[in-house]
Amino acid sequence: MTTSETRKASGPGAPGSVVDARALARARRRASLARFWRSYRAHRGGLWGLGLLIVFAVVAVTAPLLAGADSQSVTDAEGGPLEGPSGRFPLGTDQFGRSVLALLVYGSRISLTVGLLAAFLCVAIGTVVGIVAGHFRGWYATVLMRITDWFLVMPTLVLAIALATVMSRSMWTVIIAIGVTTWPTTARLVRAQTLSVESRPYIERARALGGGHGHVMVRHVLPNVMPLVLAQTTMIISSAILTEATLAFLGLSDPTITSWGGMLQDAREAGAVSAGDWWYLAPPGIAIAAVALAFTLCGRAVESVLNPKLGVRS
Amino acid sequence: MTEPQPLLSAAELRLTFPGRRGAPDARAVDGVDLDIAPGEIVALVGESGCGKTSLARTLLGLERPTGGRVTFAGAPLSYTASALKTYRKRVQLVLQDPSGSLNPRHTVYDAVAEGLRIHRYPGDEREAVAGALARAGLRPPERFFLRYPHELSGGQRQRVVIAGALVLEPELIVADEPVASLDASVRGEILALLLRLREEMGLSALVVTHDLGLAWNIADRVAVMYLGRIVETGTVEEVLTSPRHPYTRALLSVLPEATGDPLVLAGEPPDPSRIPPGCRFHVRCQVLASGEAERAGVADACRSRDLPPLSGGGGAQVACHWARARHSSGEAIPTS
Amino acid sequence: MTLLQVRDLTVTYDGGARAVRGVDLTLAAGQKLGVAGESGCGKSTLALALLRLLPASAKVTGEVLLGGEDVLTMKWGRVRAVRWAGASIVFQGAMHSLNAVHRVGDQIAEPILLHKRATREGARRKVAELLEHVGLPAARAASYPHELSGGQRQRVMIAMALACDPELIVADEPTTALDVMIQAQILGLISRLVAEQDLGLVMISHDLAVLADTCDRLAVMYAGRVVEEGPAAQVYADALHPYGKALSGSFPTIGDPASRFAPRGLPGDPPDPAALPPGCTFHPRCPVALDVCARDDQELRPAGAGRRAACVRVGRTGAAEDVRARVRGQGREPEH
Repeated sequence: MTTSETRKASGPGAPGSVVDARALARARRRASLARFWRSYRAHRGGLWGLGLLIVFAVVAVTAPLLAGADSQSVTDAEGGPLEGPSGRFPLGTDQFGRSVLALLVYGSRISLTVGLLAAFLCVAIGTVVGIVAGHFRGWYATVLMRITDWFLVMPTLVLAIALATVMSRSMWTVIIAIGVTTWPTTARLVRAQTLSVESRPYIERARALGGGHGHVMVRHVLPNVMPLVLAQTTMIISSAILTEATLAFLGLSDPTITSWGGMLQDAREAGAVSAGDWWYLAPPGIAIAAVALAFTLCGRAVESVLNPKLGVRS
Repeated sequence: MTEPQPLLSAAELRLTFPGRRGAPDARAVDGVDLDIAPGEIVALVGESGCGKTSLARTLLGLERPTGGRVTFAGAPLSYTASALKTYRKRVQLVLQDPSGSLNPRHTVYDAVAEGLRIHRYPGDEREAVAGALARAGLRPPERFFLRYPHELSGGQRQRVVIAGALVLEPELIVADEPVASLDASVRGEILALLLRLREEMGLSALVVTHDLGLAWNIADRVAVMYLGRIVETGTVEEVLTSPRHPYTRALLSVLPEATGDPLVLAGEPPDPSRIPPGCRFHVRCQVLASGEAERAGVADACRSRDLPPLSGGGGAQVACHWARARHSSGEAIPTS
Repeated sequence: MTLLQVRDLTVTYDGGARAVRGVDLTLAAGQKLGVAGESGCGKSTLALALLRLLPASAKVTGEVLLGGEDVLTMKWGRVRAVRWAGASIVFQGAMHSLNAVHRVGDQIAEPILLHKRATREGARRKVAELLEHVGLPAARAASYPHELSGGQRQRVMIAMALACDPELIVADEPTTALDVMIQAQILGLISRLVAEQDLGLVMISHDLAVLADTCDRLAVMYAGRVVEEGPAAQVYADALHPYGKALSGSFPTIGDPASRFAPRGLPGDPPDPAALPPGCTFHPRCPVALDVCARDDQELRPAGAGRRAACVRVGRTGAAEDVRARVRGQGREPEH
C-alpha cells in the first residue's frame, strides 16, 4: 500500500531524481543491514544458533540426495527391524527396517516447514490483532482483547488437539492448529508496544497532518513494532516446532509423512522404550531440542541487537 | 481599525474530561472565545495544567469539544473524517519536543513528505519537500533528505518538523511550546523563522507557551489562560507592559529580568476538576489576600460571582472584578 | 574562606569526547556561582566531576579541592562521606531521582541514618525539621513521590540534599521543567537556604537569565571551557565574550522595544566534543571572528575588575570596547 502511495504521490514529475533518492535509500538500507550483522556477530550464542540452523536447513533441502528418495518406504526397507547402529545404518533401523538416520533427515523438512509456517501464521494474527487492539480505543478493542485473553488462558495443547481431531489429518491442520492457538502472547506483546508507540508525539503529528487510522498503523506503528515482532518470531518458531512434535507424538499429525514427533510416537508404539532401543528414541528427541535451541539462540541475539536496552548478553 | 474576519475562531469552547471512579469531571477548557486573524500571531500563555494544550488540541480538531464550536474561515468545523482531513491540510501542528515528533525510523525526506502523501499531493513531491526544507532554513535541502532524526541537532529537528508543517502550505500553524526544549541560542533562530514565514507566506500562528518573553519576541496579541478560561487578553504591549489581572502581574513579576519585588503565588495551580466558585483565581489572588479588593469593594464578588468569558477579538480585556472596578472608577492602574 | 577550588579540571570520556577542558573555578562559603551553557557544553559533566560521580571510564585530571582536600585523589570511603556531609547534589529530574516505592520521609532519612548514625527517632525529627525548612508540612513525610506535584518533589530533593548539613550544594538544572511560578518558589527557597546556612552553591543551568537573577558570580561555558566569568549582573548585562553576548541576547527583556519582533539567536550548532574545531572553538559561529581565531586557542584572561574572558579581543587596549560595539551592531541588524 505504501509503495503504491509513494509512486502515485511522486507522480511523473521527476523520475530521475526519485530513482536517485531510491538508490540512496537502498544504500542506506544496505549499510544498516551491515551494521545489524556487525553487532549480531558479537553474540556468540547467536552465531552458534545460526550455524546450527544453516546445517538443518541444508539437510532439509537436500534430503533426497542425502538419504535417497525411497528411504521412507516401508515395503522397500533395506534392513531388519530394530537393528542397532552399524556401519550401514549409523543410527540403526526402525521396526520396519528403515534407516533412522534417513528418517531423521526427512523429518527435518516437516519440522522446519511446520515450525516456520505456524510461527508466521501466529505472528501475523498476533500482530494484526495487537496493533488494532492497541490503536483503537473503545468497546471493540476491549472485545478483541477479551477474546485474546480467552485464547491465552486456554491450554494451547488441548485446543490444538481439539482442532486437530475435528479437522482432516494433514500437515496444514497442524500448522493452523498451532497458529491459531499461540497468537495471543504475540498479540499482547504487540499491543503493549503499540500503546507505547501511540503515546509518542509523532503519532499526534501524523494525526494533525490528516493521517487516518490506516496511515498511523501502517506507516508509524508497524515499523516500530517490527523489530519486536521479528525477535518474537524466532522464539515462536522453536515453540511451534515443539508443539508440532508433541501433536505428532500424540498421533494427531498426518501418519503418512515422517516427522520427528511422529518418529518418537512410532518408537514408543514399537516398544523401543521398554526394549532400550535408544538409537530409535534419542536422535529425534535430540534433533527437536537442537532446532528449538538454535532458534531460541538466534531470537535472543536478534532481540538484544535490535533492543540494546534489554541488556541480554549471550 | 476595522475588524477583519477571523481565520480561526473559537466560541464558548468547552472541553470536559470525564472524572475517573466518581471523581468530578475535569473542565480543561471552560468557556473560551478566541479569534485569530489572517496573518496574526497570537500567544496563548499559562502555567502547565491551565488547559492551554487542551485548547490547542481542540482548535486543531484533535479533541471534539464538549461545548461551543470552532469556526475556520467562516465555516464551522465539521468532525467527519473527510472534513477533518481537509481542515488539517490548512491548519498545521508543531509540537514541543522535536525529537519525539519525528518517527526515528523515517528519514527527513519521509517525515516532510508525509503530509503530501496523506493528501495525495498531485505535484512534484521532491520539489515540494526541497522547497519546504529550504524555507525552514535547512539548506541545501538535498543534504538533509536521507538523514535520520538522530543525526540532527535539536534545532535542525525542529526545522524539519516546521518544514513538514509548511509543505502543505497551510494558513495557520498551531505551535505548542515550539522552542521549550531547545537551547537558548537556537531558540531565537526558530522564532525568527516563524516571523519570517508570516512575512513571506502570510501565515497565522497560535503559539502556546509558558514563556512570556517568547510572546514579547513574536506575538501580536496575547491571551493569558488560567484554569480553563482566558483571564486577560489584548495586544502584547498592553498586556505585558501594563498588566491588569493580578495573575498576569504575578507571572510577569517572577521573571528574572523583572524589576520590583516578585509576587510569588503560594501553592500549585489548582485542579481543573475542582474549579473554585466565584472568580477562579480568588484563592491564590494576591490582591484579594492583601485586602486591596476589600478596599475596592469587590471582595464579595471575587468570592461568589463568576466572570463572563472574554470575547475573542482584538481589544484589551480583563476578567477581574477588581481591575474592572478600578477601570470604571477611572483610577490610574499602577503597572507594577 | 575558600570552600571549593577547581584547578585545571579536564574530563575526557571513553571515545574521545573532551567534555571539560581545563576549568578553573573558586567558590567561597555563602557564595552562589552560576554555570551557564547550552546542552553539550560540559556543564553537567562538571557537576558530576565535582562529586566524582562520573563513570570509571571517564578520564579526569586536575584538582577539585573541597575544604582543602582533593576529591579526585581521596579514598573512596572519604568520597562517600564527602558526598553527603561535605557536598550534595540536586538533580533536575526530581521524579526519576526519587524512588517511587519508598515514602519520601524514609528517603530523606536514609543518608542521615547511614552517615550520622542517628537513632530512628532522631532521624524522624530531623526529617520533619527539613521538610518544614523547604516549605512542606511535616506530614508529607508519609507521602509517596507520585502523590506530590513537580514543585513539591523538587522541594523533597532539596531536603534530601540538606539532610547531612553539607557545606556545598551543587544544583544541576534545579528548576528546568517547572512552571515559572514554581520556579520562582524554588529559587527563592534555594537563595534563602544559602543565606541562612552559609552554604556554597554551584547552580548549573541553560537559563542565563535565571542564573543572573539568583547567583553572585557567573561562569559561561562553551565546548568544555569557561569562556567568560565575572559578577553575575555584569556578565548578563554586558558580556565581553561574543558567545556570552549572544547567549544573554537570546533572553528577551519584556518591555524592551529592541527585542520586540526581533528574537535573537546564534546561527549554527555547538561543536561536537569529540571533534572540536581548531583555534578558538567558538570561531565558526563567532560574528566578530578574526583570522587569528581559526589558528590560536584563546585562554581565559583577566578583563577588568573580577572578570575574565577568553577572547582575542579582550585584554588588548580598546579591544574590549571594539568587540562590544561590533557585537551590538550585529545584534541590531535584524531589527530593520
